[in-house]
This record gives sequence, structure tokens and C-alpha cells, in this order.
Amino acid sequence: MNTIEQIRQRLQPLSPLMVEVEDDSALHAGHAGARAGGGHYDLHIISDAFAGKSTVSRHRMIYQALGEMMKGDIHALAIRAQTAEEASMQPTNKEHR
Amino acid sequence: MDIQDVIREQVSSNPVVLYMKGVPQMPQCGFSATAVQILKACGVSQVFAVNVLADDAIRQGIKEFSNWPTIPQLYIGGEFVGGADILREMYQNGELQQMLADAGVVTAQS
Repeated sequence: MNTIEQIRQRLQPLSPLMVEVEDDSALHAGHAGARAGGGHYDLHIISDAFAGKSTVSRHRMIYQALGEMMKGDIHALAIRAQTAEEASMQPTNKEHR
Repeated sequence: MDIQDVIREQVSSNPVVLYMKGVPQMPQCGFSATAVQILKACGVSQVFAVNVLADDAIRQGIKEFSNWPTIPQLYIGGEFVGGADILREMYQNGELQQMLADAGVVTAQS
């Protein structure tokens, strides 16, 4: 199972309506973290488990679900965590960064 | 002094503390660079920046301190605020500027 599949599986307890994971590691090739083996990922997750939660709480829920992966397989994770309602209010095309 | 005490001392004796990779003039990671840029855009001139790459005890200790697994981490008035994505979001909706104004770090924009 590759890292992206593992991320998706670990996030299942949050009952996500959508999980999008992109591997951005290539953008960071050559810097110190990339050499250590952990990848850079970009996560967009939609779940009603986030309703009424602050952004910090949402990120904590995600970090908790990913557990040990944050110490090894994942070196960096960009997160967008939304409820279904918030996602439908925003354009879905990802901004470039 | 225990590393957790060192960190507690840093975040409580400085109004704005950023744990980052590299230094503000030369960040060593895109997420840290984003955090520095956002603080600049908010008009923050005095940041107590801690380069975690220069101190492995801090690098590991800060993750335990906040129970947050990634760097950068911003603290305002001793409180953990968040990482790069959260700062971006709070900057876009004005929350960060308000928090900095409340902490007396910048003057509120009318």
C-alpha cells in the first residue's frame, strides 16, 4: 500500500465525503526533509465531522488520525479541511502555490 | 532547565514567537517562508524567531509542547495559533490581524 492509500485509509474514521491527496514531493526534491525520506503531500478533505470546529481543531483531528505517519512517511502536509457546506460555497479548483 | 520549560519561557516572554526552519531572512522551507511573509504582511516588525534546524531538542520538544507535529508554529501572547495553512486562512479572513491587534503587537487597521 503506498503512502497516499495509507493516508486515505487512516482518514476513514472521519467519515470523509471526499479525500484528495496529492504528492508534492517532487516540488521539494533535494531539500533536507525530502532526503530524510518523508514526502510532501497536499490534502483536501471534506467531512461533516468538521462542523462547528475551528481550523486548529480540524487539523488536530487529521494529525491524530494519521498518527505515526506524521513522524515518518509524511514530512509535510498542506491541509484544507472543509464541511460539505463550506466546500459548496467555494470554487473547487485548487489555487496554485 | 527542561526543554518544555525553555519553550514555555520563550512563548510567554515574547509576544510573537515563530518556530521555523531557517531564519526569517532565509527560510529553509516553503511553509516557514509563508509564515514569515504573512507576519510581514500583517505589519509585525518584532518576531522572536526560533530556528529549529539549529537545535534538535527544540525541534522535537516543540511538537510535544503544542501536540502539533509540524513546523512552522506561531505563538501569540503565549498561545499556540497554528501552522502555515492556518495562518494563511486567518490572514485572509482578518482573524490574524485582529489577534495581533488584541495582543498589542500591531495597531488595529480602521
